[in-house]
Amino acid sequence: MDKIKLDAWVGIFVAIGVISLLGLAMKVGNLTSNDIRETYSVIAHFENIGGLKPRAPIKAAGVVVGRVKSIVFDTKAYHAVVKIDIDKRYAFPKDTFANIYTAGLLGEQYVGLEAGGDMNNLAEGDRITQTQDAVVLEKLISQFLYSKASEEE
Amino acid sequence: MSDNLINIENLTFGYGKELLHKGINMEFQRGKVSAIMGGSGSGKTTILKLIGGQIQPKSGSVSIDGQVVHNQNLSGIYKLRRKMGMLFQHGALFTDLSVYENVAFPMREHTDLPENIIKDLVLMKLNAVGLRGAYKLMPTELSGGMARRVALARAIALDPDIIMYDEPFAGLDPISMAVICDLIRTLNDALGATSIIVTHDVAETFSFADYIYFVADGIVAAEGSPKQLMASKLPFVKQFIHSEKDGPVPFHVSAPSYNSDLAL
Amino acid sequence: MKILINFFEKVGYSITSRINRLGMATRLFFLIIISSGESFRRFHLTMKEIYFTGVMSLVIIIVSAFFVGMVLGLQGYYTLQKYGSSEAIGVLVALALVRELGPVVTALLFAGRAGTAITAEIGLMKATEQLSAMEMMAVNPVGRIIAPRFWAGVIAMPILASIFSMVGILGGYVVAVIVIGVDEGAFWSQMQANVDFRYDIVNGVIKSLVFGVACTIIALFEGFDAPPTAEGVSRATTRTVVTSSLVILGLDFILTSFMLGG
Repeated sequence: MDKIKLDAWVGIFVAIGVISLLGLAMKVGNLTSNDIRETYSVIAHFENIGGLKPRAPIKAAGVVVGRVKSIVFDTKAYHAVVKIDIDKRYAFPKDTFANIYTAGLLGEQYVGLEAGGDMNNLAEGDRITQTQDAVVLEKLISQFLYSKASEEE
Repeated sequence: MSDNLINIENLTFGYGKELLHKGINMEFQRGKVSAIMGGSGSGKTTILKLIGGQIQPKSGSVSIDGQVVHNQNLSGIYKLRRKMGMLFQHGALFTDLSVYENVAFPMREHTDLPENIIKDLVLMKLNAVGLRGAYKLMPTELSGGMARRVALARAIALDPDIIMYDEPFAGLDPISMAVICDLIRTLNDALGATSIIVTHDVAETFSFADYIYFVADGIVAAEGSPKQLMASKLPFVKQFIHSEKDGPVPFHVSAPSYNSDLAL
Repeated sequence: MKILINFFEKVGYSITSRINRLGMATRLFFLIIISSGESFRRFHLTMKEIYFTGVMSLVIIIVSAFFVGMVLGLQGYYTLQKYGSSEAIGVLVALALVRELGPVVTALLFAGRAGTAITAEIGLMKATEQLSAMEMMAVNPVGRIIAPRFWAGVIAMPILASIFSMVGILGGYVVAVIVIGVDEGAFWSQMQANVDFRYDIVNGVIKSLVFGVACTIIALFEGFDAPPTAEGVSRATTRTVVTSSLVILGLDFILTSFMLGG
């Protein structure tokens, strides 16, 4: 085997590998826009988080602005404490509203942020005070049946 | 400086509990061609491996130029091995390298010589074994005798002080055998090296060796120059030299009596 | 009673001999690490082995990846279609390939294509005394022969796995978008929204690195350990494939549970 030819083949091989990896990162994983490097974290309390999981997206106006970092249960207040990492590029007012939504009827759950009107912005370690719980399907159905039943009386 | 380059004293070696060598004493003189002869399985090749430090003896010592091989650490053994060249039974050429690269291999590994000098040296070595014209071939394209000669060129690539040959004649036609015989003698004298040959080919060895050791039952059964051995009255030596089928070395492997094995 | 004792003896023997071999393989691994200097100082040695393990495996990797991707596209489409979410086909193909099939199938093919070649080569070099001859020339065979092959395998495996995933996704694209007619925009955007670089792609690469180390060590060890006969080498080659496959699948489970858990 000619040494130069061999080197060339190995070079081509490595190049194809790098291109594939770049393709995976850019085209498949969308590294460029989804990559959240520097974040600040805030917490939010919910009575019920439904099926929310760590690493679920945080969206504002449909744009992913962060990820759920962790979810713990507060044994004093008996509610869920959700820690949220938000991209440093995006600032939100202190009275921002946090909702737990479901993507589609059966999709995964995410946290939606709706900006308020406060002059001060949320900072590292702050707490989002205004929250709305996840919609639990069973509750909705039972409410619906209950109201139907009371209508008929 | 003593006259002996290699001394083997009271060497014992064995795999597991069985001893293959039971106290061997040998001396190899500088500049001489010595042969170690014996039947198959008598541990001849193992002696070469012990000299090369590839295996550890149970007791006794092998010393080269006063240095005990098995007291050296790995780098010490590697240093000693650079003074040795070894021709393996079937050549052991690197099958993925050409003849040229095979001979150049020790030079590339141990020296920083520029390519043009390596080329000259390789062609010189190949010329010495008469295969300069074959430098482009791959080992698979060579006949058995040619492969052996290339391996010999590789063994002498770094002008070793000691050249060891493991069964250099096995499986060769008479012409190739004569060529190898001639090469062993001339290379030894031209390089001023000390050669050790492990073999069981009587006629060839007796024709050119300076000193011969007979190994049997784990000890040196007889030793001497070819002339002395030809005149030897020892039954084992006689059996070996004249290739008689029965004698001190029995035709049958030790076994329970024939009758009991056949259930008679 | 005697049968029972015989049985336990056999079980015990097979366990102790396996542990023994595991220990020897680990020892070989450390020997390789400490004598690796040469593989990088004289990188062309490693380069040559990358050619034999990596470049020579390229064709089989690309062809299999394309078919695996196409099958994933077809099967995924017919299942997802029942739930009216055929746009999610991109996510399915990409996640299946990047997380699992890319690293695992590549490693299995690698064991069959390159692993067996390594075992047979090392085994034959041993059988024909080439390794012994090298030792007698004061050249350490572990540094000169074994280590470059090890590093070549470790370098080639993640590259091959990345190529596998990418080509597989293209295969899925061909079936889903071009043949079946799923919307192209939905195919890519759904994929991009749901494949995470750090958690999916990087984890896939880490997996393939681990498989690369495991596969190559197994192949090298089996070759190094093979009895120097034709039968011994052929058995060692078979063992390379069997052991590699089992180890790859076992490691995959362990790694996946770590990655999903952490």
